[in-house]
Amino acid sequence: MTTINTPMGEPTAEGWFGSFGGRYAPESLMPACLELEAAFRDAWADPAFHAEFESVLHHFGGRPTPVTECLRLSNQLGIRLLLKREDLAHTGSHKINNVIGQALLTKRMGKTKMIAETGAGQHGVASATAAALLGLECTVYMGEVDTQRQALNVFRMELLGATVHPVTSGSRTLKDAVNEAMRTWVSEVHDTHYCLGSVMGPHPFPWMVREFQSILGREARGQVTDLLGDVPDFVVACVGGGSNAAGIFSGFADARSALIGVEAAGGAAISTGTPGVLHGMKSQILQDDDGQIIEAHSISAGLDYPGIGPEHAHLADIGRATYASAGDDEVLDALQMLSKMEGIIPALEPAHALAWIIRAAGKEIPLGSTVLLNMSGRGDKDVAQVREVLQAKGLYR
Amino acid sequence: MIRPRLETHLRAQVANGRKLLIPYLMAGQCPEWLQVVEGLAAAGADAIEIGLPFSDPIMDGPVIQAAAVSALHAGTTPMGALAELSALNLEIPLVAMTYYNVAYRAGHERFAGRLVEAGVSGAILPDLSLEELDGWSEVALAAGIDPVLLVAPATGVERTAAICQRSHGFVYAVGTMGVTGERTELATSVHEVVDKIRPLTDLPVCVGVGVSTPAHAATVTAFADGAIVGSALVRRLLDGGGVAGAVEFISQLRSAIDEGPA
Ligand SMILES: Cc1ncc(COP(=O)(O)O)c(C=O)c1O
Repeated sequence: MTTINTPMGEPTAEGWFGSFGGRYAPESLMPACLELEAAFRDAWADPAFHAEFESVLHHFGGRPTPVTECLRLSNQLGIRLLLKREDLAHTGSHKINNVIGQALLTKRMGKTKMIAETGAGQHGVASATAAALLGLECTVYMGEVDTQRQALNVFRMELLGATVHPVTSGSRTLKDAVNEAMRTWVSEVHDTHYCLGSVMGPHPFPWMVREFQSILGREARGQVTDLLGDVPDFVVACVGGGSNAAGIFSGFADARSALIGVEAAGGAAISTGTPGVLHGMKSQILQDDDGQIIEAHSISAGLDYPGIGPEHAHLADIGRATYASAGDDEVLDALQMLSKMEGIIPALEPAHALAWIIRAAGKEIPLGSTVLLNMSGRGDKDVAQVREVLQAKGLYR
Repeated sequence: MIRPRLETHLRAQVANGRKLLIPYLMAGQCPEWLQVVEGLAAAGADAIEIGLPFSDPIMDGPVIQAAAVSALHAGTTPMGALAELSALNLEIPLVAMTYYNVAYRAGHERFAGRLVEAGVSGAILPDLSLEELDGWSEVALAAGIDPVLLVAPATGVERTAAICQRSHGFVYAVGTMGVTGERTELATSVHEVVDKIRPLTDLPVCVGVGVSTPAHAATVTAFADGAIVGSALVRRLLDGGGVAGAVEFISQLRSAIDEGPA
């Protein structure tokens, strides 16, 4: 069961990354997981599928996204900071890469419907977009709390023709949306694909989603190498489930770059979690002594998740990646700083990664280092919430 | 206290020509849950499934989710509930049903030990797939716990055979593709899933998920060895039916099963 994988290579046949991963699904879903794995292996070995995937991401998704050097902020921090601009991809985040892959796979499997969970709404909007493009029916499960925090994204999904299903169980956030999507998948699995939004869940999801996101890591490797003549000293990304981080890390796993994942302080599965089984995978999970899952808390709906993708738990285990966390206040500061100094309003999620960089510059990050930050999404979805928070703090009129 | 082992007891009952009735309730879902367990045993249950509450029950519909929330709010813990069960005087076996993280977090040996101390002799962990069964299965069997495995309508024949091979106590035939919850009609898949399992095992085959009424129970036990009734009972308890309501319902199920389908 436990084997040594090359960093960010294929998991074992049963979906293990070291001692994390696996397939802990109800028997009703196991045939679907096995079918999906076979379909993905077949598609991913087919040059025609790759060609279609890349063509859609180019003509529809806006790829490749650029790499931008932050001149003013770099100057202030004493480092050389580069951004991989996933905020410029269609729908405003890296989530589009994964959903195009899974929507194409849904069609290839002959299924006509997709369901998805969403936290911030980005994966939901991306799923609704891909479904509209490919003529699939789409239902998105979203915690009731998040439908309120991200009301405009609910409207966007509906505008795109999707049905949004508010989830009222549990903490009414991302983890409960995943529960509800899985419950629905059990009864609709014959014609429905579950388009999971991150590198989590039962095998093959963590591996498949990373593979679809690896396009951004490959692009970044080429772009940064052209720019610097070298790989960056640090590659930094925020981590909810861990898909944007997996995408960018995969481009540099074999290089000398230090890989840093930044979780929300209120949902830091690597530093405060323990090994457990949730949502079909064994990973680091926030839980109590009885194994009950503890709810995560973050200003960012997209990082409000009590677990982390199993490959990240493995990368932490073997020391190939390091995981830090950032708190709400420094995240708000970072978001404003990037907006004012670089003309880029980041989403709250990647603002966590930036907050860590600002804190670590001159400390964990030696002065003069080159740092690549995955700017996983743009801040449009968050500006209303950020304004409210700043008003509540008396920092905005 | 010593209660009969799950598989031994169920096999003996079936050999005597008895159709099995296995009700489910959630530990701690109402203050009188222990008396309900005793009442169910006296009213004709052949075994009782005890749900141990978990925060994220992905195989459960709204009723059992609500029972888990109610139990957890009342301060019920899986280990605490097991300790309370050990005091009961019962002549039928108990089966624990919970999610794998509860067993994993406790540690396999410790969890199996607590089940044994509680007089529980079977365990159903619906999210522990055949692929991940190694480890738990050996520990459970060595401790005297029968790991009961599930077969779904979507499970292929080869996989069904492999599941039957590693199931103990009985084989849990999932009656419908879906989560637990009451259904007005019995799914057509019930018959097919039992037919698929039958030739592959000599274990008792019991149908659960979507068996909601005395008539459903009578229908499924005409071709399966037993009926598992969860949400319909759990809802009556959540609605305040108490011991009397539970006993009345279980008696109706018992008579319907014994009389056979109309
Ligand atoms: C912009 C953005 N970044 C990051 C995330 C977190 O997801 P992941 O860790 O899978 O990249 C989200 C999730 O909603 C997001 O919207």
